[in-house]
Amino acid sequence: MSAVTSSAPKPLLSPAMMGAVKTLGIMAAITLTIVVLVQSGAMPKGSIGHNVLAAPFIDMWELPDLLVQTLWEGLVAGVLYALIALGFVLIFKASGVFNFAQGIMVVFSALTLVGSYEIMTQRMGLPTGTVVAILALIIAIATMFVLAWLVERIVLRPLVNQNEIIMLMATVGMTYFLIGFGEYIFGGSPKVMITKELGLPQGSTQFNILGGRVNIQHLDVAAAVIASVMIAGLAFFFQYTRIGRALRAVADSHKAALSVGISLNQIWVIVWFTAGVVALVTGIMWGARSDVSFALEIIALKALPVLILGGFTSVPGAIVGGLIIGIGEKMGEGYWGPLFGGGIETWLAYVIALGFLLFRPQGLFGEKIIERI
Amino acid sequence: MLHVSPPLAKTGIAKGEVLLDVENVSLRFGGVKAISDVSFDIRKGEVRAIIGPNGAGKTSMLNCINGFYFPQEGHITYKGMKRTRVRPHEAASSGIARTFQNVALFKGMTTLDNIMTGRTLKMNVGLFWQLLRFGPAMREEIEHRRKVEDIVDFLEIQAIRKIPVGKLPYGLQKRVELGRALAMEPELLLLDEPMAGMNLEEKEDMCRFILDVNQTFGTTIALIEHDMGVVMDLSDRVVVLEYGRKIADGTPEVVKADQKVIDAYLGVAH
Repeated sequence: MSAVTSSAPKPLLSPAMMGAVKTLGIMAAITLTIVVLVQSGAMPKGSIGHNVLAAPFIDMWELPDLLVQTLWEGLVAGVLYALIALGFVLIFKASGVFNFAQGIMVVFSALTLVGSYEIMTQRMGLPTGTVVAILALIIAIATMFVLAWLVERIVLRPLVNQNEIIMLMATVGMTYFLIGFGEYIFGGSPKVMITKELGLPQGSTQFNILGGRVNIQHLDVAAAVIASVMIAGLAFFFQYTRIGRALRAVADSHKAALSVGISLNQIWVIVWFTAGVVALVTGIMWGARSDVSFALEIIALKALPVLILGGFTSVPGAIVGGLIIGIGEKMGEGYWGPLFGGGIETWLAYVIALGFLLFRPQGLFGEKIIERI
Repeated sequence: MLHVSPPLAKTGIAKGEVLLDVENVSLRFGGVKAISDVSFDIRKGEVRAIIGPNGAGKTSMLNCINGFYFPQEGHITYKGMKRTRVRPHEAASSGIARTFQNVALFKGMTTLDNIMTGRTLKMNVGLFWQLLRFGPAMREEIEHRRKVEDIVDFLEIQAIRKIPVGKLPYGLQKRVELGRALAMEPELLLLDEPMAGMNLEEKEDMCRFILDVNQTFGTTIALIEHDMGVVMDLSDRVVVLEYGRKIADGTPEVVKADQKVIDAYLGVAH
């Protein structure tokens, strides 16, 4: 390219590139400093500085198979976090409600699935197997639809245009109702997810790579694939279809949406139903890794740091936030956990989110709020 | 002018007949009376202006017509049917479109997407095909996209088709909002201060579009406007509100000469 045509000097790199170069530069400087400190003997083996700043990275370098294993586990956890966060984002975007009940919806939908399967096979005498499992799945989906419809009728419609805190309290109320209702129907004891009957793969495969072994659970692969397909599908649906457009329109401005003939009530049912289906998928995947019990509800709290990171209104934010939290958590637990005596997984996510909050209060992808005065 | 036979609307209301009739409408918010006992009509094919000082109840009137508010007294007859508590999306499906005083667009969406939302009611392929975005859903999308492109051409906003509207200057946002209302192919178009905050050039463009819409598509238009020059040029008939009451109604010339209107705008010496 000839640079003769314009007299003004062009910057060598675009601003975004400059930012990336700067970040890389800072990282390189930090790395160099650590290397110098270690090599010069200023930070001997066993010192706190060495344990925190150098030893984990030396471990990563020396045992690459362990690193791959940790990254993979982080990725799977991250995709599942993204799925939970997506449930929140959907509802928050369309109705401005922070749905405290998302966690219990995960449990309730999974319980409906397992519970109806148990009832059909044990009390009604239907044969166990895939057919009945699919039937139970349909029942669970239908239940989530009825739930969405009831929420719109009983909770959202009478409370439309109320203060956010009132809507939040309404979802807190819903949470306790669903806990009580779920226990009344399905009992309080943990249930085993019908993984095999649903046709989800089990077992694991070992790969010999990088001079070591990497163990990959088939279920994790399925979870990652299904969650990714679901997220991509939803993003596509939002972007390119009439109902997707209507959903985004409602998220942007209620009165304008009404004026072009979009029915808020219908959109709310669709959104809550979609969030219900997302909850069901999350429940199946998470339930398959542990048990289906009311304790699962707390995984919804894991969505909070993801939301803070990704922004409450952004679907891509939920995905990237989920991955950062998932991978960050597993890496932290694996490499820095021993320094704290382990178990840092439970709070590390919140610390990562807090760190982000200091620099980007609106999250990675959230809308920056600029008020005109 | 060439003789053109009056375009017959789908409902069979001919040009010049009453399309919307407001009878003795009163609207209260608690103890505050926003509108008291106002009656007027809008005839098919005309440009009807609603004017009045700030707080006269003009926007409240539009909100009653389009179903955002339910008047406590009186009723509104639209296309010969008396309406009780019509909801906004029902008003929209019966052919009433509107724009807002402070632009209500979907800021994160592009110009095209914004105008496409105006086609929502005309599209009816079910959720199943939409999830696949295949077959009927795709055909429908293409067909309506074509209509939207026509509107984009008509409003001369081709250059901003793919820009998120939040980034556009105010004047263009107003134009996109008009485009979204036009995409609904309305019979009655309610414009709430379509020229507010515009410079002279933008105002002239907007006037031209409004007249074009009225003349080429035969759309009935009710508009609120503060610029008297614009009102006198555009409208066939004017209704004047003050403190929620109607104080004058008639052609621009009649209204301009009305003593009550002059008093309302210039103030009276007590």
